[in-house]
Amino acid sequence: MIAVYLFLIAAAVVLSMYRFFRGPTTADRIVAVDIMTTLTTGLMVLFALYYKRAIFLDVALVYAVLAFVGVVAFARYMEGGL
Amino acid sequence: MSIASLIGQVLVLIGAFFYVVSALGLIRMPDVYNRMQTATKSATLGSLGVIIGAGIWAIGEVGSYSWIPKTLVIAIFLLLTNPISAHALIRAAYRSGVPLWEGSVVDKYKEAEKSLERVEGIKGNLEEALEEGEKDE
Repeated sequence: MIAVYLFLIAAAVVLSMYRFFRGPTTADRIVAVDIMTTLTTGLMVLFALYYKRAIFLDVALVYAVLAFVGVVAFARYMEGGL
Repeated sequence: MSIASLIGQVLVLIGAFFYVVSALGLIRMPDVYNRMQTATKSATLGSLGVIIGAGIWAIGEVGSYSWIPKTLVIAIFLLLTNPISAHALIRAAYRSGVPLWEGSVVDKYKEAEKSLERVEGIKGNLEEALEEGEKDE
């Protein structure tokens, strides 16, 4: 049953990759990366449940922190402050 | 199947639905601002559903209560930081000159900047008048 949800969320990640490759401006691509990292965090939590290993939750937390820092750094770079 | 894993499955199903809706909104919406608003809102709600649902599902599946604090920490962190990154990203897009969709009718940021400029202009005129008055005395 967990595998169905895993495929569903992976399909959502692939769908948002369309906007990443197509996006007319740089902001579109960074928006797509932001949504893809959010979806990937949920995917990692479900993988932890699939393999029944609680240690994978820590990986998901660190990934969420790094994704947030990365997106904010890209935003500062676009604004011209970095 | 215990009652905890049933509740967890329903929460994960709702969250996965909102995830797919956010990906569809990212594809369908006409410009950056609409895309960011629809995708961020539904992705945040979907993360809450999936992550907390996985924590509750683990009670029945793994038999451990220690998943709930960790999943709560991840969910609250995403709930706090997703709006911040969206705000920073959209302000950067506006300032770097990404145009609005031609069907947009409201631009509150430009209105606020214009009224701020008007207030600054009135303040400048007042200060000039004050300096002239002091010279006359």
